[in-house]
Amino acid sequence: MSGNLLMRLSCCISYCLFMLLALDTSSNAFAKTIKIGVIGPLSGDLATYGIPTKNGTELAVKNINKAGGVLNSKLELFSLDDVCEPNTAVTTANKIIGEGVVGVIGHLCSGATRAVLDIYKQANIVVISPASTNPDLSLDGKSPNFFRTIAHDAAQANLQVDYISNKLKAKNVAILHDHGTYGEGLAKLVKEGLEKQKNTKVSLYDGIKPGQSDYIGILKKIKNKNVDAVVFGGYHPEAAKLVMNARSKTLRLQVPFISGDGVRDNKLIEIAGKDSNGYLASAPVDTSSNSMSQKISKQYEETYKEKPGTFTLAAYAAVVALAEAVKSAKSTEFSKVKEQLHKQNFATPIGSISFDTKGDVIGSGFTMYKVEAGSNGKGKFVSVK
Amino acid sequence: MNYLLELTITGISRGSIYALLALGYTMVYGIIGMINFAHGEIYMLSAFVALVSASILQILGFGKLFIFIGTLLIAITYGCAYGLTVERMAYKPLRNSPRLTCLISAIGMSIFLQNYVLLGYGSEIQPFPALIPEFAFLEPVSTYLLNTDFVIIVATLLATGLLLLFTRYSKMGMAMRAVSQDQTMAMLLGIDINRIIAATFVIGSGLAAIAAVLIGSHMRQINYFIGFTVGIKAFTAAVLGGIGNITGAVVGGYILGIVESYAAGYISSSYKDVFAFSLLVLILIFRPAGLLGVQTTEKV
Repeated sequence: MSGNLLMRLSCCISYCLFMLLALDTSSNAFAKTIKIGVIGPLSGDLATYGIPTKNGTELAVKNINKAGGVLNSKLELFSLDDVCEPNTAVTTANKIIGEGVVGVIGHLCSGATRAVLDIYKQANIVVISPASTNPDLSLDGKSPNFFRTIAHDAAQANLQVDYISNKLKAKNVAILHDHGTYGEGLAKLVKEGLEKQKNTKVSLYDGIKPGQSDYIGILKKIKNKNVDAVVFGGYHPEAAKLVMNARSKTLRLQVPFISGDGVRDNKLIEIAGKDSNGYLASAPVDTSSNSMSQKISKQYEETYKEKPGTFTLAAYAAVVALAEAVKSAKSTEFSKVKEQLHKQNFATPIGSISFDTKGDVIGSGFTMYKVEAGSNGKGKFVSVK
Repeated sequence: MNYLLELTITGISRGSIYALLALGYTMVYGIIGMINFAHGEIYMLSAFVALVSASILQILGFGKLFIFIGTLLIAITYGCAYGLTVERMAYKPLRNSPRLTCLISAIGMSIFLQNYVLLGYGSEIQPFPALIPEFAFLEPVSTYLLNTDFVIIVATLLATGLLLLFTRYSKMGMAMRAVSQDQTMAMLLGIDINRIIAATFVIGSGLAAIAAVLIGSHMRQINYFIGFTVGIKAFTAAVLGGIGNITGAVVGGYILGIVESYAAGYISSSYKDVFAFSLLVLILIFRPAGLLGVQTTEKV
């Protein structure tokens, strides 16, 4: 009996001690860390984007802490799963605000980001998204707390418009799309952009149905219009067919073809062969030659045993920007951090970036690539100025 | 005028593609009154076989013409084998069941074959080599006709002619017509109907394999889904011309191709399917059995 009592007592005491210890560390942590949240789809079918993004922020936090942290304290990361759903995103946003974070890296899907921007605005929290590309998120000007380390969709269209009217000096352009959300969306933005240019007119705007055996009919119509360039909004399988049909003997249509990042895929060259030479495609700036990007990618592969995801480096850059801003603001106060984010240049794995007044990234974005025939006769995408 | 001519020729070559595949649908329907939904998949499988064999022949260093003919023969062999297997597995056990059961079995087979290739090759498109050689005599008319268009048109007309002769005059052709009229009666007269039906599937699949090699060389890319996208149009062509009728399938294919080409050339490529299918609806309102189809009254 007495032995039992003793055991119970010791259990009680050790439990209390344990609780005290836990309390102690957590209160310590409370005093000394700067909290950052990262929210994205960590489960579900889009987890393939979310998890590498979260890992990217983890790596950034680890590296910053190793280098001494920020304002003499360590960064602490909180990650939550929003499954890319607006409703879940709202719940996670409220939860992370309760944790007292300085800023949030996320959300990934434009729909989820849209749903939570107002909540963060009221709570005075900076949001830096590494993945949401819907133009309106920043361009509507309603969210001064919103930043992103990825260029928005309109940036790609603007680049194409600029290239067509200023570099190619095309006066007469035909635009095709594949009726898809991505393809038609991009084609529409390019069309609107070209119509604003003085010297360029769009003489044909039409859709094609993917999977057809050829597109000679529509291309004959395009040839009849004597266009100087053809824009195609869609993906590489149709682009390959289009350019092969255009260069075939029945058409001999030698005008440049311009597309977006959906076409910048080596399969295009594999299928269309030499017909793909000269194909122009806008796509995100290649950072693989950047030494910081190489270092981070290598460290990432060693830590997580997989290649970095599409948004990993952009997420890493977001953490770096936030940490640097807090450092130079010498405070975690919202207005000061925000001011620093707008003011500074940040050295990140995606290049030296800054943010414009709307919170959109400058310095990382899209660039034009062109298929150029290599010495062995095989073409490859080369970035053009 | 020149533009109209160009569009017409584009339409005819596109129509030939539909017709070549439609022949297979119409053959099977004509004999056993069942729509073989797996026909598009036989076409797709043959295209993959052709891709593999063309690559092997290329590595072995054969000439271009030899590669083309060799690939065609291998693809036809495989296509026929697949056709026979599909018939044995999915349709023969259901010979005396209602037609709907066979239809479901056909759709199941189609899904199975698609996913079988999807698992093996993935969903990425695969480049297909240009197997059809360039012809010097086509050079002067190359603005109108590509070498692939030429070969497809010739192959379609040749296949149609041979099929017509075969069904009209050969012993097996006559047996096929007998089976299509009345299976029980044909059986009583000593015709092995299982053999005849199997032969129908083999011929239809062989045609799909020829189409696969020719259309593959024209499209220059294949994936597991091509059987569905082209197949649905070929099926439409067969219905338009009167399913079960060989000449009808070819006429239907050409009409569909030309209408699509005019719609894309004069109005809008986005709406070409709208015109093609509106035409189908119109024709079926006035001739429910299709253009050349024969109206049959169901005996009750």
